[in-house]
Amino acid sequence: MSASAMLSLQDVGISFGGLQAVKKVSFQVQAGQIKALIGPNGAGKTTLFNLITGMLRPDHGLISFLDQPIQGLPPFQIAARGISRTFQIVQLFGHMTVLENVMVGRHLRTRAGLLAAALRLPWSRREEAAIRAQSLEWLAFVGLPARADDYAANLPLGHQRLLEIARALATEPKLLLLDEPAAGLDMTETERLKDLIFAIREKGISVLLVEHDMSLTMEVADDIVVLDHGDLLAEGPPRDIQRHPAVIAAYLGRDWER
Amino acid sequence: MVRYQRWLQAGLFYLLVAIGGSLLPGTYYVTLLNLIGLHIIIVLGLNLLMGYAGQISLGHAAFFGLGAYTSAILTTTYRVDPILSLVAGLLLSGLVAVIVGIPALKLKGYYLAMATLGFGIIVAIALQQMDWLTGGPSGFMGIPPFGILGWQFQTPAAKFFLVWALVGLILCLSLNIVDSRIGRALRAIHDSETAALAMGVDAQRLKLQIFVVSALYAALAGSLLAHTVNFIAPSSFGFMFSIKLVTMVVVGGMASIWGSLLGAAVLTVLPELLAVFHDLEVVIFGLILMVVMIFLPRGLVRGLLDLWEFRRRKQQGG
Repeated sequence: MSASAMLSLQDVGISFGGLQAVKKVSFQVQAGQIKALIGPNGAGKTTLFNLITGMLRPDHGLISFLDQPIQGLPPFQIAARGISRTFQIVQLFGHMTVLENVMVGRHLRTRAGLLAAALRLPWSRREEAAIRAQSLEWLAFVGLPARADDYAANLPLGHQRLLEIARALATEPKLLLLDEPAAGLDMTETERLKDLIFAIREKGISVLLVEHDMSLTMEVADDIVVLDHGDLLAEGPPRDIQRHPAVIAAYLGRDWER
Repeated sequence: MVRYQRWLQAGLFYLLVAIGGSLLPGTYYVTLLNLIGLHIIIVLGLNLLMGYAGQISLGHAAFFGLGAYTSAILTTTYRVDPILSLVAGLLLSGLVAVIVGIPALKLKGYYLAMATLGFGIIVAIALQQMDWLTGGPSGFMGIPPFGILGWQFQTPAAKFFLVWALVGLILCLSLNIVDSRIGRALRAIHDSETAALAMGVDAQRLKLQIFVVSALYAALAGSLLAHTVNFIAPSSFGFMFSIKLVTMVVVGGMASIWGSLLGAAVLTVLPELLAVFHDLEVVIFGLILMVVMIFLPRGLVRGLLDLWEFRRRKQQGG
C-alpha cells in the first residue's frame, strides 16, 4: 500500500499435500529496512523465502518487488531483478575455491557467453579480470580475503556462512534474504555478523532475515514479522513484539499460563 | 603471464604433433593416432557436459554417427563438397541436440542417462535399418577426403596433421570455456543447482548450450572419421561406443581436460595391445578398468598426481 514498499506480499499461501505451510501472509519490506522473520520451527519461514526467490510457486497471493509482480518467475530472473539470498543449510559450490564461489555471484552482472569465452575475446578477458577484482572486494567486505584460494567445502561453518553472504552480495542485490545466518556461529562470530548486517544496510541494501538468535534479531531488526503454523501472528518493532501476548504464547507454549 | 603460458602450451602441443607426424613409421600408427585424436575431440565435449556441468549422456555415439553419416551421404550419394558436408553435419547435429536436449535436460541423474540412452539406440537402429539412405549394415565405402582448392588430404601424413590440428583447436576452445564465466557457472550447476539458480545462473539454458557444444564436437569427429578413414559402418556408432566414451571421460578424470586426452588415448590403444590375448581381451580390459577405478577413482591424471605426491611425502617423512 505505501508507495515506497520494496517487497510486498499479499495473501501469499502454499500447501504441500494436505499441509498448509503458508496460509495467507501479507507484509512488506521497505527500502533500507532490516526486517526479521521469526517463529517456531515449521512456522513457514524458509518456505516463505523459497516463495519470494522463486524456488516455489505460491498457490495464491501476489508477491511484488519494486512494483512488479514476481510470483511464478524462475529463480534466476528474480535474482536478476535484485533479490539474492543465503541458505539455512549452506549451499556453497564445494568443489570450487572461495574466490570462485563469489565470482559465480558476478555471473548475473557480466555477459561473456560461450563463444566469447571459447575464443577468449579481449573484452571477455577484461571482464574476467574485473570479475576477479570485484569478487576479491566482496571477500574483503565480509572479512574472508585470506581464504580466497581454499576450497569452499574446507571452510569452517562460520566462514561458509560469510562466504554465502559475499556470494549473494556479488549479485548486486537491492534486497538480501538471510536464512539463519547466525546458526552455528559462536558469540564473537555472531557479533561480527551483526556489524556486517549493518554494513550491508549502509550500502543501501535492504535485508530480510530469518533468525532464531533472539538477541541478534532484536538488536538488528527495525521491524519483525512473527509467523506461526503458516499464519502471520504479529508484526511490529522489536520492543512491541517482545511484549506481544500471542508471540509469547507461541514461543513458550499455549498452556504456559496454566 | 598466464596468457603467455597458454601460447606456450599450444606451441608445445603443435611441436609434438609436428615431430610425431614426421616420424610416424607406418599407416597403422597413423590410423591409430587419428582414431585417438577423434576420440579426444568427442571426449573433450562429453567431459564438458559430464565432468563440468554434471549431466550424463549415454547417447553421444549418436552425434558421432550423425556427423559421419551426413558427410558420407552428402558426398557419396549427392556429390557435395566434403567441407560443406561437414558443415551440414554440424548443423544437423546441433539441431538434433537442441530438440533432444530441451526435454531431456529437464531430467536429472539416471533419468537423463536413460533418455539419452534411448536417443542413442534410436539413432543406431535408424542407421542400421534405413538402407535406402544409409546403406544399411554394410555402410558406406569410398567417401572422398577433404580438399581445399583442388588439393586433397589424401596421404596418411596429411590426414594426421588435419586431425591433430583440429584436436589442438578443440583443446584450446575447451580450456578457454572451462576457465571462464561459463565454465564457472557449469561447475556451480554441478555442485548445487539450487544455489546456482539463486545466483542468477540460467541453468537450463547453460546445460542445453553445453549439450549442443558436446554434440557439435562429436559430429565434427564423426565427419572427420568419414573423410579420413573413407569408410563407415553403423556398428561404430552403437550403444557400446557411447559407453566407451563415458568410460574414457571417467578413466581420464571427470572435470579434467588433460585427463580427457589421456583417457581417450589409453582406452583407444588398450584394446589394440590386448589383441594378443584373443578371447581374453575383453576380460582383461574390464579388469584393468576395475583396477583403475578402485585405486584411482578420480581418474588417471589426478590419480597419478596423487600417487606421486604421496610417494614424495613418504620419502620426505621417512
